[in-house]
Amino acid sequence: MNTTTHLLYLGTAICFVLGLHLMNSPATARRGNQLSAFGMAVAIVLTVVVLIDDGIITATAAVVLAVGAAAGAGAGLVAARRVKMTAMPQLVSLFNAVGGGAAALIAFADALPESVDQPVSTTLTIFLDVLIGAVTFSGSLIAAGKLAGVVPGRPLTFAGARPLNLLLALTALVAGILYTTGVGGLGTLGLLTGAALVVGVLMTLPIGGADMPVVISLLNACTGTAVAMAGFVIGSTPLIIAGALVGAAGGILTKLMAVAMNRSLLNIIAGGFGTGDEQG
Amino acid sequence: MTESIALLTIFVLAAFVGVEVISKVSSTLHTPLMSGANAIHGVILVGAIIVTGAADSAIVVIVGLLAVVLATVNMVGGFVVTDRMLEMFKGPGARKKELHK
Repeated sequence: MNTTTHLLYLGTAICFVLGLHLMNSPATARRGNQLSAFGMAVAIVLTVVVLIDDGIITATAAVVLAVGAAAGAGAGLVAARRVKMTAMPQLVSLFNAVGGGAAALIAFADALPESVDQPVSTTLTIFLDVLIGAVTFSGSLIAAGKLAGVVPGRPLTFAGARPLNLLLALTALVAGILYTTGVGGLGTLGLLTGAALVVGVLMTLPIGGADMPVVISLLNACTGTAVAMAGFVIGSTPLIIAGALVGAAGGILTKLMAVAMNRSLLNIIAGGFGTGDEQG
Repeated sequence: MTESIALLTIFVLAAFVGVEVISKVSSTLHTPLMSGANAIHGVILVGAIIVTGAADSAIVVIVGLLAVVLATVNMVGGFVVTDRMLEMFKGPGARKKELHK
């Protein structure tokens, strides 16, 4: 990467920051979103140009990329255009789920060749990327399901859910540490993924439908963090900047939303009580 | 090591910017802002393109392709749906047109 590339990536980061800032006020919000979209377009074209210019990309990979991007763009466009205004929150949650999934997959793409002697800084971020990405993927799917009525909106709890959750979280943690230190290989990474996916489901099920927007915002912040971790894995600054930006902005937004609903975040996460769904 | 530290520095400073940049948002804009931030983490597509482009085995290409599809859905869908939400914040005339569509 040369200086021009770095400067252009910096320009896209500025677009994201200004874009988010413009979204603070109704008068400028739409322009803010368009500015972010513009920055994104520049970042993607730039990435493709650099790949071609460096001669890294093979013809097969280029075709695969083009087909994949066209399919994804088509699906996203149709879903976003057709959705009813009232069904928008669950669609945002679905988009959030696929974003988290993509972040986790990037860690896998980096880990799969199993070129030994990955430095700890890489294995640690692979661990965190897979953990956060997988939890948000399954959690956001359940959240979208609750809002769409596919999964019952009332808080779903069952006996032994807490111990099971704790056990799974411990499993994920141990597997992650084993992977990070290089003791366990891809097997432990698979175990970590499985445990994280179930934790995401079990964390979201006990939360009532009325609290879902706050939970989706929290999961959104998590995806941002997962994207930043993916940025560490492949050493890409635009991913780190945009991911950290969304992670932090999403975190604050989650807090603001909880305050606006007169609920504490801890109460919402604990779930299963005081949700207002019980009377219904 | 210095490169890791540089990346970590960027991460921490960007996080502070994220906190500052939206802390004064009005509550009517909470949902569009969430959706807009959701679209911005579609930047993961850049990462998906990089790993797929540099892939040297079939399995990595497959994983990369899956990541590219998911990331484009996130990015394109995210920006379009946010734009639709924000359309509602325009003047009353524009809103009437939307209803008659």
